[in-house]
Amino acid sequence: MEPGRLRKAPENFVDRQGIATVFAEAKQGRRDFIRGAFAAAAAGLATAPMARAQSAAPAADGDPNILNLPEHATALGQPVATDGYGKPSKWESNVQRRRSPGLTQTTQASVSFAPLQSLFGIVTPSGLHFERHHQGWWDIDPSKHRFMINGMVKNAKVFTMDEIMRLPSVSRFHFIECGANSGMEWGNVAVPTVQYTHGMLSCSEFTGVPLITLLELAGADLKNGKFVLAEGGDGSSMTRTIPMSLVTSGEVLVAYGQNGEMLRPENGYPLRLVVPGVQGVSWVKYLRRVEVGDQPWNTKDETVHYVDLMPDGKHRQYSSIQECKSVVTTPSGGQLLLDKGFYNISGLAWSGRGKIQRVDVSADGGRNWRTARLEAPVMSKSLTRFSIDWVWDGKPAIIQSRAMDETGYVQPNYRQLRGVRGTRSIYHNNAIQSWLVEESGEVKNVQVG
Amino acid sequence: MSRWVDAIAAAVLVLVSASALAQDKAAGFPGIGRNATSKEVAAWDIDVRPDFKGLPAGSGSAAKGQDVWEAKCASCHGVFGESNQVFNPLVGGTTKDDITTGQVATLKRTDYPARTTLMKVSTVSTLWDYINRAMPWTQPKSLSVEEVYAVTAYLLSLADIVPADFTLSDKNIRDVQQRMPNRNGVSTDHALWPGPGIAGQAKPDVLATACMKDCPVDAKVTSMLPTFARNAHGNLADQSRKVGPQRGINTDTSTPAKQADAAAAAQVANASGVDAASAQALTRQNNCVTCHAIDRRVIGPSWLEIAGKHAGKAQYIASKIKSGGSGVWGAIPMPPQPLADADASQIANWLAAGAKN
Repeated sequence: MEPGRLRKAPENFVDRQGIATVFAEAKQGRRDFIRGAFAAAAAGLATAPMARAQSAAPAADGDPNILNLPEHATALGQPVATDGYGKPSKWESNVQRRRSPGLTQTTQASVSFAPLQSLFGIVTPSGLHFERHHQGWWDIDPSKHRFMINGMVKNAKVFTMDEIMRLPSVSRFHFIECGANSGMEWGNVAVPTVQYTHGMLSCSEFTGVPLITLLELAGADLKNGKFVLAEGGDGSSMTRTIPMSLVTSGEVLVAYGQNGEMLRPENGYPLRLVVPGVQGVSWVKYLRRVEVGDQPWNTKDETVHYVDLMPDGKHRQYSSIQECKSVVTTPSGGQLLLDKGFYNISGLAWSGRGKIQRVDVSADGGRNWRTARLEAPVMSKSLTRFSIDWVWDGKPAIIQSRAMDETGYVQPNYRQLRGVRGTRSIYHNNAIQSWLVEESGEVKNVQVG
Repeated sequence: MSRWVDAIAAAVLVLVSASALAQDKAAGFPGIGRNATSKEVAAWDIDVRPDFKGLPAGSGSAAKGQDVWEAKCASCHGVFGESNQVFNPLVGGTTKDDITTGQVATLKRTDYPARTTLMKVSTVSTLWDYINRAMPWTQPKSLSVEEVYAVTAYLLSLADIVPADFTLSDKNIRDVQQRMPNRNGVSTDHALWPGPGIAGQAKPDVLATACMKDCPVDAKVTSMLPTFARNAHGNLADQSRKVGPQRGINTDTSTPAKQADAAAAAQVANASGVDAASAQALTRQNNCVTCHAIDRRVIGPSWLEIAGKHAGKAQYIASKIKSGGSGVWGAIPMPPQPLADADASQIANWLAAGAKN
């Protein structure tokens, strides 16, 4: 470094450690904590970033970010429509959906997880929506896509996208959760962050036509046709059986819209089924056909996969409802708290049986609980954001959340859930999640007895 | 006076719009949808139910199935359906007793490592339906009716559900159903089905209560990730937002020097005129990596082995990618790959230049 000369920093100059340093510089009265963190690091317990921060001294005259006007306050910014479709800030590049290494051996029959640790509110940005493909994804020409209804109907019908989009539409917020979400954690802790423990979960405003409207146009036998089969138009041609009662209630949608725009290709463009409250596998993507029938189909994803192995060696099939569940997303596993003091613990709650009624939060591993705030709107079969004030005293803490839905069902802990379902179910793990906050500020995924 | 007129006009408007809406409802949605032709329905209505509704007439022998299998299925599933390299094994874990009882005993064991397809599947219709609609993985819906019967027969013969000289047909498939090892191993005794029509419990099977104070829990940590797995999902510092109440924790213990080496190596590869990153991306997109890895044998030879044996022979490699082959590297054949010529060439160029990163 040449003294007395200012050098322009490259854009990524302020790395994660640098940020911690800058953050430390800008604050007073936290040196004890930092020294404590350094001691912990020296003892081999944790946290290189905090160790760096300990050498930082506050600037004498004040924060240089205030004292020295930055370029963006003293020069001309960029023009409109620089990007015809705007992108997130370059500073947000850490916020990505990701694969879990080793979970699947192919990338086309695989999963990517939504970064729940970095999301606010209840809507998942469409580009961060979790992915589950069975035979790779496609970007299908909507002018050539067709939707067929057949089976127990007066007339088998074909619809174009133009026709479906002419019909009266509804727009509704719903969560979608893979039945195998949290499946890696049945036996023990297996993954480090909430992205991997709970990231097969997303929530969008879906726009489409109630399936019942189209079934009525085909003259479906709603009395004897107790089931429908939904089938995808891609290579896997995914098929799942859905109860007619969910269709006649008007809940099941043939959807083309997601968060104000068309569905993303990875999420089934141009047409997918929306089956509120039911596991994601039934929300068939690239939807090409619905058949009305009088018995279930026992498809591959109803007898080989998406079956819950019980302790007696039998597989539960057609287990579809995603029961009431919640998770704290901030703070959460794999993160580092920057300091002692105030935090707004925040997370997500949802139920496949209706609205969230209440969420309680514990910071002592489940001994004592306080009721959290629910952020409006609270909608049926949608994510609900909760939050609660918390002052961290620098001591170890175990943070948990426990949701209750409008049916009175209370989210169980691992002991209760395993007591009935054992540890080999893979699917439908809705147990209470625990995050251990260590003295160093590091947050770890743990399970408690 | 004018108020009255307004009121009457408003009332008339309400009546008119109400009747217009009523008419719409009665008339449905004119101009939306048309009747499907019988050929259209036949083209798409391919599902086969457990009662065999939808099953096309026909037959296929296990012997023929073995030929189809070795050409089109073994590369992913292994010659005996035993491979776990690409997908979970299809065959294994079932016994003669299971064929008699209809419930796979192995599923009760917590020490048995695998749950194969034949341990789980309860109906033979499912196998026929799925092989027909989705297999082979890279060329779904390409098998003839006879081939689907044949492959199903061969798969069943691997688990001794049918003999090796068996010919499966729409006539005898009901008898085969009575030998499926896990035909009685499924249950719908739960409260997770969101409608009538499937027997189930009325109440959820875990009924917890919301204790608030001094709850009887042992708040001790019983499970956490071992230290060696801290970086198994990549550096967590790069996986959380860089601003806010907390940061991702740094789990990457490799030195900055190593990272610099990797960057330098990437630049060298670029200087040679072969775009290694794009070529490797193509191998992922086209699913080559399910059978080939950079430096170890998966099902096919490693990229480095190919690069060593066929250095400089880009055209030859491209043609093998397109046409497939067998016997060069082992018994399991590589099926012809349906990717674009330009993509095959790019991968071949990269391999011929040494398969460098």
